[in-house]
Amino acid sequence: MKRLDALRAVYPQLEQRIVVTIMGAVAAELQSLGHRPNFFYLQHAMGLASSLGLGIALSRPELPVVVLDGDGSLLMNLGGLTTLARYRPRNLVHVVFDNESLLSVGGFPTATSTGSDLAGIAAAAGVPRTATVRTLDEFTAALGEAFAAGDLTTLVAKVEAVGPAAFVTDLSLLENRYQFQRFLRDKKGSAS
Amino acid sequence: MPVSFTNSRLIHEALKACGVRVISALPETWLVHLIRFAEDDPATTLVRLAKEEEGVGVSAGAHLAGVKSAMLMQNHGFLASINGIVSCAQLYRIPLLMLISHRGWFGEKDPWQTEGGLVTESLLDALRIPRQPLTAPDHVARRIAEAQTLAYSASRPVALLLGRELMWEDA
Repeated sequence: MKRLDALRAVYPQLEQRIVVTIMGAVAAELQSLGHRPNFFYLQHAMGLASSLGLGIALSRPELPVVVLDGDGSLLMNLGGLTTLARYRPRNLVHVVFDNESLLSVGGFPTATSTGSDLAGIAAAAGVPRTATVRTLDEFTAALGEAFAAGDLTTLVAKVEAVGPAAFVTDLSLLENRYQFQRFLRDKKGSAS
Repeated sequence: MPVSFTNSRLIHEALKACGVRVISALPETWLVHLIRFAEDDPATTLVRLAKEEEGVGVSAGAHLAGVKSAMLMQNHGFLASINGIVSCAQLYRIPLLMLISHRGWFGEKDPWQTEGGLVTESLLDALRIPRQPLTAPDHVARRIAEAQTLAYSASRPVALLLGRELMWEDA
């Protein structure tokens, strides 16, 4: 499964939700499919996308929030999984694209390439719903189930270690940040 | 425990008066009462962290979602949060209200706190994070309010250094 295909397959559902992504390929690929004011790309601070998503989910429990994480980022904030589980925001779905490498800095393998199981770690941390998927059909089905379940879910999607040619887009970081904040300010009630 | 209950209460009430609704924290001796107040008070939501840097993300998310927050941490937690402060809060112009216990400074008896005490202020200065000490009850409310005002007007992190004179009654 290619991450870009996975994003394309679920883009209509992401459009309806508050989306927080990590830096690099995930951010660039989602933007290539079409930027929306409800998409925020945390272009650094590796590991903190899930914490930032938690802050939004706790502050606005009426809004469905999706975090698009990666194996390299999540490995930098494994403790954050215990915090997610502890507060168990029912409106947060945590997707981890696991390409088993730090793709944007040379493709060096991460620990998931030697067997570390992020869904298993999330489950052991107390995340109530976890799964690992390997095909596009499995991914779209599992994500749909996560949205329908209305509970905290960590969904690990194993993807190929391929990404876009470039990571810098013409969307300025602060433009994205203020647009996103304004969207949340003006957004009332459930987005689903 | 000689942590000041009265002054901790003052700090908590001052945070609430500023509209702070989310408080993230990792336990540290000087913060015990503050953490209990944050947990027990229905007006505030306590987010217990595994590591202080997570609190930067939580506060950033809360801010983007329109909720005022504060972070309670030991100065070693500040040291552990620096990448998040720089590459999330400063990069994205997030107002962070950080209350940092200034351990390892004059009067410190725990040898393991002393290196952190020596570098806290200079690291805040190197990061261009405005700082103000909280050392006496009569300036607590005003300095917390002014710190939050500056954090919002500058859209940047600000730090209040909780001093031994304020937090510890056995000095």
